[in-house]
Amino acid sequence: MSTPSEAGTMSARSTAVDMRARREARTTIFRRPRPGETVIQLFLLFCGVLSIFTTLGILYVLGSEALLFFGSGLVDLGEFFTAPVWQPQAEQFGIMPLVSATLMTTLFSMIVAIPLGLGAAIYLAEYAKPQTRATLKPILEILAGIPTVVYGYFALTFMTPLLRGIFGQNTVSIYNVASAGLVMGIMILPTIASMSEDALSAVPRSLREASFGLGSTKLEAILKVVLPAGLSGIIAAFIVGISRAVGETMIVALAAGAGPCKLYGENASCFQPFGAAETMTGHIVRISGGDLSYNSIDYNSLFAIGLTLFIFTLVLNLISRWITNRFREVYQ
Amino acid sequence: MTENGAHAFELQGVNIYYGSKMAVNDVNLMIPRQKITAFIGPSGCGKSTVLRSLNRMNDLIPGARVQGGVFFGGQDLYAENVDPVEVRRRIGMVFQKPNPFPKSIYDNVAYGPRLLGVRGKAVLDEIVERSLKGAFLWDEVRGDLKKSGLALSGGQQQRLCIARTIAVEPEVILMDEPASALDPIATQAIEELMKVLVQQFTIVIVTHNMQQAQRVSDYTAFYSIRKKEEQGGVENRWGILAEYAPTERLFTNPASEETERYIRGEFG
Ligand SMILES: Nc1ncnc2c1ncn2[C@@H]1O[C@H](COP(=O)(O)OP(=O)(O)O)[C@@H](O)[C@H]1O
Ligand SMILES: [Mg+2]
Repeated sequence: MSTPSEAGTMSARSTAVDMRARREARTTIFRRPRPGETVIQLFLLFCGVLSIFTTLGILYVLGSEALLFFGSGLVDLGEFFTAPVWQPQAEQFGIMPLVSATLMTTLFSMIVAIPLGLGAAIYLAEYAKPQTRATLKPILEILAGIPTVVYGYFALTFMTPLLRGIFGQNTVSIYNVASAGLVMGIMILPTIASMSEDALSAVPRSLREASFGLGSTKLEAILKVVLPAGLSGIIAAFIVGISRAVGETMIVALAAGAGPCKLYGENASCFQPFGAAETMTGHIVRISGGDLSYNSIDYNSLFAIGLTLFIFTLVLNLISRWITNRFREVYQ
Repeated sequence: MTENGAHAFELQGVNIYYGSKMAVNDVNLMIPRQKITAFIGPSGCGKSTVLRSLNRMNDLIPGARVQGGVFFGGQDLYAENVDPVEVRRRIGMVFQKPNPFPKSIYDNVAYGPRLLGVRGKAVLDEIVERSLKGAFLWDEVRGDLKKSGLALSGGQQQRLCIARTIAVEPEVILMDEPASALDPIATQAIEELMKVLVQQFTIVIVTHNMQQAQRVSDYTAFYSIRKKEEQGGVENRWGILAEYAPTERLFTNPASEETERYIRGEFG
């Protein structure tokens, strides 16, 4: 009995002596310079500042070029937001056709990604056995790492023929918003699933137990306790998904269409799921891929689109931050 | 204490396993109705494990297995045709760490009744008020039922959890160290509450605190640890029910020397 505890005290005492010796080896209690720490601190500061300046730089370029565009006299803000077509050659600059296509592809992608992503998250967090989950989650994350150009061709060579097979060749154009949007949903699904799963797994086990202890079924515990408790994280996941859909380029450039739709008037073509339409991102890559002279109005117009996109994602981010702060649950 | 109907639970030769590891061995125990029965014993001896077998909370732990008979009012709780959800509606549980839902005080208490299909504001209002009064929390929160349950102090949260449990009017309330995370004043409030609740409910409480067991309980079950050296120097430990008696007798005149040493604070 006594031997181990004695040994314990002995060793504790010897380290105490050691510590005292070390402390006394230092002569004063006054501040001393620690150059290593200062250097590292400066480096970390530099990293933080760099990302801020990059953002500011991008904002500056976007803003100044967009100003040139709006200052050209060829377009005013009212026209920018209301004109039915975007046709730089004809000097018609209505952003809404491009915005409408972005909204359509985003909507289709969310129709796929939100329910399936949330379903997958609930399955993984609540129902899957540990081994199943350990296998499925990495697979899901691989899915998130597939280059978007691959998804683009998947839309063009699989989803579009499939839609045309179901709804008819005459209804579904070769390039169409639905195909691009649905495939984009598949692309975004893993992100939403993975983030939502994290949010659900972060809900303490004790809350589930409390619910079971009151006689709830598993489904009731999930719907009434776990999902509401993880809601802010889940909504943040949705918003990240929407941001990605808005900014996604390759899939829409390949599969949605290579020309802006017409918003209203004769031959209006926007808001047709099976019709072709060009999104903001799709238009930017197509035009900047062609021969474009610097400081032409076409060139500057791209920055106006870019700025609009930037504002979209900025607003989405702000909403996401607001929601996460507003609904953050404090568990102890 | 053997006539039928006087007992809420009867445990016959209960062994509980986590995976292949035996956590408790051969527990035989009769828990009387409308009394407070305390489980005491050193850490890791299986008090929580036995307690959680009483309302099939163990089902939620992958690999947990109960052997033997756990009878509630004569019915084997582990029979094939018994629904654990129904069991837990009759046998509620209060946990060691207060775990109110991140919802309003009102919604916390109304949660169980709503699960049972109770609708209508007037009825729910009444249940919420009655339950909060029953948990001695009403006077402190009556003006602010919309406030989050998480905004309350630890002791208030635990009383909210008790209110939430009594709102579904279970027959039994299981409490796993309900006061161990609370300060002495909040602890006293919970103990007094238990003495009132026992007029309506059967209470089984796990406690680390022998004074608490002495203060509140009618019967005390003392669990202890047995060990065995396996080949290869691996030590196997499991819990047993070492002694079970009316609290008064267990603490003044324990039958075994082990119990006596434990209540004198010599181990555990
Ligand atoms: N979820 C679990 N999985 C595996 N082993 C467990 C689990 N919970 C408890 N045990 C084991 O069962 C034994 C009894 O634990 P427990 O019932 O919590 O003891 P007590 O409540 O008396 O401290 C311990 O050896 C513990 O390690
Ligand atoms: Mg315990």
